[in-house]
Order: sequence, then C-alpha cells, then structure tokens
Amino acid sequence: MTTLPNRELLDVPTEENEPLPRAEFADEETAVQSQWRLFWRRFFRHRMAVISTVVLLLLIFVCFSASWLAPYPKNHQNLTLGAVGPSTHHWFGVDDLGRDQVTEMMYAGQISLKIGLAVAVISTLVGTLFGALAGYFSDWTDQVLMRVTDLFLIVPAIAILAIAIKKFGNSATTIILILAGLGWMYIARVVRSQILSIKEKEFVEAARASGASNTRIIVRHLLPNTIGPILVNATLAIAAAIITESTLSFLGFGVQPPTTSWGRMLADAEGYVGTAKAHLLYFPGLALLITVLCVNFIGDGLRDAFDPQSVR
Amino acid sequence: MFSYVARRMAYSIPVLLIASFLLFGFVRATFDPTARLRASRDPHAVERERARLGLDKPLVIQYKDWLVKFVHGDWGQSSRSHERVYPMIKRALWNTIQLIFWGILISALLAIGIGIFSAVRQYSLADYAFTGASFVGLAMPPFWFGLIAIQFLAAGPKNWLHLADPPLFFVGLHSVTSTGILDYPRHLVLPVLTLTVQIIASWSRYERASMLDAVNADYVRAARAKGLSPRQVIFKHAFRNALIPLVTVMALDIGLLFGGLIITETIFSIPGMGKLFFDSLLQGDTNVLVAWTVIVAAFVILFNLLADVAYGALDPRIRLA
Repeated sequence: MTTLPNRELLDVPTEENEPLPRAEFADEETAVQSQWRLFWRRFFRHRMAVISTVVLLLLIFVCFSASWLAPYPKNHQNLTLGAVGPSTHHWFGVDDLGRDQVTEMMYAGQISLKIGLAVAVISTLVGTLFGALAGYFSDWTDQVLMRVTDLFLIVPAIAILAIAIKKFGNSATTIILILAGLGWMYIARVVRSQILSIKEKEFVEAARASGASNTRIIVRHLLPNTIGPILVNATLAIAAAIITESTLSFLGFGVQPPTTSWGRMLADAEGYVGTAKAHLLYFPGLALLITVLCVNFIGDGLRDAFDPQSVR
Repeated sequence: MFSYVARRMAYSIPVLLIASFLLFGFVRATFDPTARLRASRDPHAVERERARLGLDKPLVIQYKDWLVKFVHGDWGQSSRSHERVYPMIKRALWNTIQLIFWGILISALLAIGIGIFSAVRQYSLADYAFTGASFVGLAMPPFWFGLIAIQFLAAGPKNWLHLADPPLFFVGLHSVTSTGILDYPRHLVLPVLTLTVQIIASWSRYERASMLDAVNADYVRAARAKGLSPRQVIFKHAFRNALIPLVTVMALDIGLLFGGLIITETIFSIPGMGKLFFDSLLQGDTNVLVAWTVIVAAFVILFNLLADVAYGALDPRIRLA
C-alpha cells in the first residue's frame, strides 16, 4: 500500500463531500486506490449485500459445475418412480418422467443465469456507449435515443418481447439478443443523464483545455465518474432479465425442451397445482426468488458503496 | 393549465401515430394471415386472399386504410372467432378495469399505511420487517406467487379439508351457476393479491422514502415547534406533502397495468386485456393485436399526462406552462 496514513486521513473527509473533481487533481494512483478502498469498505459494511454475493456465487458455482456435482445424469429418466416428493435419494423430488429435480434445477439454472448475465453485460455495454454519446454530444443522436425510448416505454415490454420471439425464434441466443435489444435503452438513459450533469464540471473543462480529445474525455474522465450508476443498473438488469426470461418461458415463449430454465420448469409444473405433485412448483420458484433477491441486495450494496453521502 | 393539457394532448397524437405505425408494421411482418391458405390446392388462393385483405399494397397504404377505418370505429374482425374487434376489446377492458380498480385501491391503502408507519418508526423492528418483506415482494416472480397462492389458499385447502368448493376461486371473475354476494369477492381475492404484491412493495418503499424526507424537513420542525400534536404534524403537514411524489408514480404505474396484467389474467383465466393479447398472439390474430397495442399505448400516454397534471395541481410550486 503506497498511501501514507496521514494522507488518507486528509483524503477521506474531502472525498466524502466532493469525490469526483477531487480524484482528478490528486496524485492519480493514490486517489484511485483510496476511492476503491472506500468503496470496498462501504460495500462490506452492507451485511446483506455481502451475504448475497456469497450466496449468488455459490449458486452460480453449483449450477455451472452440474456435470460434476449433479447426483444424476442430465435428463436421466426413471419412469417407474412416478412423480414423488422429496426424499433422501431425490432432495427436491422427481417429476412425472422420473427426472431428479436437483439435477434438473442445476441445468435449468445454467440457462436462467446465463441469460440474466449475458443480457446485463450486452445491454450495459451498448447502453453505456449510446448513452455516453447522446449525453456528451447532445445532438441528433440524443434526440433519436430519447424519442425511441419514449416509444418503447408506452407499450408493455412483455408484449413486444413475445411478438419478437414469435418472429425471431426462441433459442437461448435469440432470447438473449432480444432482451438485450430492449434492455439497453434504460441504461442508456441513466448514463446520458449522468453525463449531462457532469460534463459541464471544471475538471472536464480542464481536461479539454489541456488538449484532451473527445474520446479521451469520455473514456478517461466522464465514464469513470458514472461507474456507480452503471454498475447499479447492470445488477438491476440481471434481475429484470432473469424475471423476464422466466415469465416468457412460463407463457411458452421461452427456451424449448429439452433445454430448460427455471421458468420453463414452472411452466411444466403449472398443471400440478393442487395435486399431489405440487412439490414440482416450489423449488424452481424458490431458486428464482433467491437469485433475484441476492442480485437486488448486491445492487443496494453497490448503490450505498458508491454514494459519497452514504453514512454506513 | 388548460393550454398545457391541450398542448400535451396534441403532442401525444403524433407519438401514438408513430407507435401504432411501427406496431402495425411489426405485427404485419410477424404474422401471415394467409398462412392457412398455403396448403390450398388452388394456386391463386393466397393471392386472392392477399388482395381481399389489401396485403398486396405497400405498408404505408395498408396503414392508412387501417387508420381511416380505425378512427371510424371499424376495427376489423378477429381471424379466430370472426367477431368484431371493438366489442371484444370493450369486454376485455371492462374485466381488466375491475381488476385494476380493486388492486389499486388495496395497494394504495396498504402501501401508504406501511410507508407512513415505517417512516415514523424508522429502524424499529416493524420497519425492518416491512423492508425485508418489500425486498422479497420486489424479487417475487409474479406468476410463481400466483401459483403458490392457488396452492396454499385455494386448491390445497380444498383437498386437505375435503370441501366441495375451494375457499377462494381461481378461475374467472364469476361462477357460471351460483352468483350471490360472496361469489365476486371470492373470485377477486387471488388475482388481486397476485397483482398487488409487487405494487405494494414498490409503493410502500417510495412512500417511506418521501415521508422520511418530509419528516426531516424544516416546515415539519416548525410545525412541531409551534406545539402541534404529533398526529397533526404527521397527517396534516408531513403526509400531505409526502403524497405528491407518490401520486405521480401511482399514475404512471396504473397506466402500465392496462396491458400489463398478462400473467395474472392468464393464470386465473380472466378474459381481460392480458388474456386477449396472449390468446391473439398464439393464434396470430393480427387485427386484435394491432388494436390492442394502440389502446394500451393510449392508456399509458393518458396516465402519463394525468401524472403531470396531478403533480402540477397538488404542488403549487410546479407551474405547468
């Protein structure tokens, strides 16, 4: 650690009040370091966010190592069992084809998580790019972006998504692209408004005066200062994508068998409400709930950690 | 104020036109109404049908023809049932409006109550409980909640207690045979519960936040200092100001519900707007889909406008010009 203790004492209070311009004038390395240190310190103080990170990582690990960890092979059927409830051999029970639900849920989780993460990454990258351009240049790109988002905000997203899936097909890749194609605009709006509010600040003016190009100003000065809202919205995008995918799957517009996702499993189990096979309903929904809950808590923790006014 | 509303209305017309044109093109490009005729032995059958439906003309002309008819109240007919689209949508809308009305009434009362309580008793045990519950509510997949509610509140109890009827119904809004004063609420409870979970969770968080802002504001301290009772401070001063931002959010959210109940209506087989959309989509019923999207978009625009007007009307500092 190169930071001297007294320097850190001086730095912390100023950064709490006015973190953005300060970082530019301080010695770059120490400033960046102490800001990230502050960030981590605040994040680790958010107990639920830390727990959620652990749970989510564990969930991702378990799902994606299904080929080693799963108790039964994928799609392994045992037709003599019938749909029986949880037992010591099958913790979550089996479905009416005798497929072990723990195994099924691990493979289904791969699809649900993959779609959620991929949609968040793509829509964040595309949204950040267009939002930054629209906010920085404020010309026709800005007008087009705002009018297009206005249009999409007036029709329920799930309706457009369902029609689009009907048109373009329902493989996992297509669904990722369609969800990202509608999701990037929300992030673009957030980035745009952030850029609009900081591009008139003195440190940007100073960078321009010292001859920085537009690209350099955006990449080195503006985007690092909007990283907080971008990351928070990226986590929200993960949650939204997972819920939307499961909803579409539930309506029959999602991935098709033999590929399965948690929403797809719930769609299959819908008919068993009120019967002896109702256990098929509980676990995939619980997995969805826990995943989205964790992602939301992490988003909450990130928001607090990036907020200079935060007192946690 | 009046000129502001008039101007906003005038501005929303081109938005609606562009939106409806894009939707029209999108739906037309996705569904082929002549698909069934492709298997016909008559080689000219498809062309004849395309000419009859006007599909051989350019998209802009098709849209213009459709728009002229639409404005005159001729919304075409469903390719599924050959029923006129207008009465179909009217009937569906009425069912959806009933759901929205009860859902919003209950959500608003509960969310405002929870929000005020959490703000006044900030960091109390109950506040933490409500916060935790709202996190769970926001993360809850709505369709799963609906299924679980059926399992534990309707179908399950019926099996466990060997009842003839489930305590709460989960199909439609009315029974075919029995009516009676209890029939309607017994049908309504589950769908309304399902649609309110996320709404209550998000509105109560919102009300809590804006109430906290209000409670810590100077004018509330002034009201306390001049000796008003805590009840009067909370309800006459803080609450009325904290309600303004919530009303805006409520109006925006209500607008989205007209086409947003697809899940709830599908699970509970309620023949409302969401179910109509879902069924039409499965069958490629173009006329219904296009009219549906335009109506739903019109409601969203209307409630956006209402949100702005309400904001200006409630807060005298906001001047709508």
